[in-house]
Amino acid sequence: MLEYFLSFLILTGAIFTLIGSLGLIRLKDLYTRLHGPTKATTLGVGSLLIASAIFFSTRDAGISLHEILITLFLFITAPVSAHMLAKAALHLNLKSLAKMPEDPVEEEQMQAVEEKTPMQNHIETPKTENPEPETKPEFTTQPTSPNTPTPNKTL
Amino acid sequence: MTRLLPHPILTPALTGVWLLLNNTIEPGHIVLGLFLGWMIPILTIRFWPETVRIRRPFVLLRFMGVLLFDIIVANFVVARLILGNPNRLQPTFVQLPLDLTSDLAIGLLANSITLTPGTLSAKLSEDRKFLLVHALNETDTKAMVATIKARYERPLKEVFEAC
Repeated sequence: MLEYFLSFLILTGAIFTLIGSLGLIRLKDLYTRLHGPTKATTLGVGSLLIASAIFFSTRDAGISLHEILITLFLFITAPVSAHMLAKAALHLNLKSLAKMPEDPVEEEQMQAVEEKTPMQNHIETPKTENPEPETKPEFTTQPTSPNTPTPNKTL
Repeated sequence: MTRLLPHPILTPALTGVWLLLNNTIEPGHIVLGLFLGWMIPILTIRFWPETVRIRRPFVLLRFMGVLLFDIIVANFVVARLILGNPNRLQPTFVQLPLDLTSDLAIGLLANSITLTPGTLSAKLSEDRKFLLVHALNETDTKAMVATIKARYERPLKEVFEAC
């Protein structure tokens, strides 16, 4: 019984970790790609570690709680690294599917550092409010359409 | 008191980490852990300029419960978005106005935002008034800001800052 439960946890963990990695391939720009590894992997690694803690607690004499520490450090460090990556990407003005945020302070700094290139790397976001499956054909081709403005810098 | 024990919360936390690292609750390790938990805050006091005070521990516990639940939900939401059609995503940047002022609370809020459904904290403005949030798929930005403020910011403010 316990083995089935542990197998379930390990499989769940593996599937979520796989989905998080798939996000890196399937999503289109750096900011959306950051979402995959930061979130889908927390539950993935979390359930793997729970399985590990239960397995070693029941097999050996003492209880095994190292894994809690790994989870704790992961929950602290994963968002911090994602934050730093996003901040670096904003600073470099990388291509983004979302409309770039307007921040007067930041733009002044950019002007001082390098010559200003006009911020035209927006892609028109569709006006449709509900992303219903019925409205799918309207904008599936939008981000890859040929008249998309070229970004300043790419990955 | 403040010189000998600059961070009353850090000491038990470090002791707990030490015991978890060694995977034991032997009395010897508890003493060693308490010693380390007492020494490390004194040696690193310059890294921790502000004193941390938890005003309402129960609000903090409930916040952690809410956060854990949201993390699990977030995983399913993001997994579905990744497996769905990526071209249908509508990512947006949102400036989240902050009411929090202490560094620790802002840091915890940014962490919580990144760990929860479809949002990622990207940048804190120079004056610490706005946190730039990237949403993976969001059309109603006002509702999103309201949810974040009610669900995460208010409990953090109650716990770490006087209201």
